[in-house]
Amino acid sequence: MNIVEKILARASGKSAVSPDDVVFANVDKVMVHDVSGPGVIKVFDKLKKQGISVDKLWDPAKVWVAEDHFVPSAEKVSAENIVKLSKFTKNYGIEKHFKYGMGQYGICHTLSHEEAMVMPGDVYVGGDSHTNTTGALGAFACGLGHTDIAYVLLNGKIWFRVPETLYFKLNGRLPDHVMAKDLILKIIGDIGTDGGVYRTMQFGGSGVDEMSVESRLTLCNMTTEAGAKNGIVEPDQKVVDYLTSRGATNVNLIHGDDDAKYAKIFEYESSEMEPIVAKPFSPENISVVREAPSVELDKSYIGSCTGAKYEDLEAAARILKGRKVKIRTEVLPAAISIYQRAMENGLLKIFLDAGVTVGPPTCGACCGAHMGVLAKDEICISTTNRNFPGRMGHVESQTYLSSPLVAAASAVTGKITDPRDLT
Amino acid sequence: MKGNIIKYAKDNIDTDVIIPGQYLKVHDYAELATHAMEGLDPDFHSKVKEGDFILSGKNFGCGSSREHAPIALSHSGIKAVLALSFARIFYRNAVDGAFLLPIEIDQDAYDGISEGDQVDIDISSNEINNITKNQTYKMKPFSEIIGKIIAAGGLFNYNPE
Repeated sequence: MNIVEKILARASGKSAVSPDDVVFANVDKVMVHDVSGPGVIKVFDKLKKQGISVDKLWDPAKVWVAEDHFVPSAEKVSAENIVKLSKFTKNYGIEKHFKYGMGQYGICHTLSHEEAMVMPGDVYVGGDSHTNTTGALGAFACGLGHTDIAYVLLNGKIWFRVPETLYFKLNGRLPDHVMAKDLILKIIGDIGTDGGVYRTMQFGGSGVDEMSVESRLTLCNMTTEAGAKNGIVEPDQKVVDYLTSRGATNVNLIHGDDDAKYAKIFEYESSEMEPIVAKPFSPENISVVREAPSVELDKSYIGSCTGAKYEDLEAAARILKGRKVKIRTEVLPAAISIYQRAMENGLLKIFLDAGVTVGPPTCGACCGAHMGVLAKDEICISTTNRNFPGRMGHVESQTYLSSPLVAAASAVTGKITDPRDLT
Repeated sequence: MKGNIIKYAKDNIDTDVIIPGQYLKVHDYAELATHAMEGLDPDFHSKVKEGDFILSGKNFGCGSSREHAPIALSHSGIKAVLALSFARIFYRNAVDGAFLLPIEIDQDAYDGISEGDQVDIDISSNEINNITKNQTYKMKPFSEIIGKIIAAGGLFNYNPE
């Protein structure tokens, strides 16, 4: 069995599973945020009317809650959702509720790894499509809707069809000007936004072995944009070190068998990789940066679960150090812990000196909700994950997706720019 | 089950156009329905009628896990979406929450069915009958578990034992 089959077999009490088997898997961790939380509350209300008991959760200690999409609240509906969420966690005895304005908080997926909440081999589900991110720690991490999450909260298990696995092998270390974001955009360009539907996307090879845990998180994060059920990297000592440095104990590794089966294997050579952008209006609509259209950008956005981890900010700071931005540029660290490290290590000063506005952790503009959304005809380069029509604001705005290096280089020139071409 | 077709002849209709992100804070189902398909077809809300079906191309519902998407369509009156293929979370949200039927169709049905056609979906025989054009197409049968959850009326009414 491969690693995903092993995890799902263990979680469903079976000795072995194969692709297409349907299993009811016991869940180890579950996450809801300020969009899916109120959605789940609504499902609970419906269940109560049907006479189904929602008096207590299966295990409140395995549940954690993030405030990220609509914080800081821009208007009263969002503010009321946050109040509803607080009542919910209090009523059900959920202790891990990361509240903005009260120490550590941030984007749900970022907290999953920054707070060492998910362990290798876990079945982890979240009420958000980018739950796939956390598969980089060696977990089966998968996004679900409100009804399914409500079912998990009450029953501790959920059905899955065991996915086939697509294996992406990266040979050699990525060059310094190429980031994991470029690789995953290239892969999505190759297989399309439905290339991973119902499947696992697993990443391995010497290039992935050499990557930091944060780079692997970027790869798994955007498996969602290929439609994948989950993304995963087999855990190694780097994952153990990453989690233990964040307070985890007893981190156990899990690996696929030597004769593990994959539906298809794709190989990429690091030496051939280039900085990539995805042009409007799809993550699969890719171009090499040096061949990208010469458009006048209005804004550069460095934020989100995809592109505002510490390593992402460090990459942007490398470019922005001693330079000035030519267009509106925003950096929003994805969690307070990252914000703090950025402050301690001087990154915030580099950003502010360059003319950048530094904002609080939020999903805000990435999902077109608030705090920096785009006007009609505005063009943005962004370290986020989607660029569908209207994704970051007006339906006639445009988003180019890129790595933090490219977004920072483009902020300096006002045009889509390869970091190697900065003078 | 009979209904009239609203056709969007394109692939990859994503959750950002089915229900734009700014409405994710809304959890009132009737209000969500007024914004359904707003990112693609601002006239959708005025033209959709109770019992209508949507017909579309590949990878319908791709993007986010927002259950708002099947909710907004369902509370607009849409009973089924017929598509060449579906994104996985939209598909399971539609079924597990019993919001609407996701019907996988083939190219013949996609090409043959037009805007405004009245069709009859029979999930027991896996056939779609185009009443307007007097044509019949096959639909892809539901997998065993999906069929059982649909028959039960959603995941909470389904007993896995």
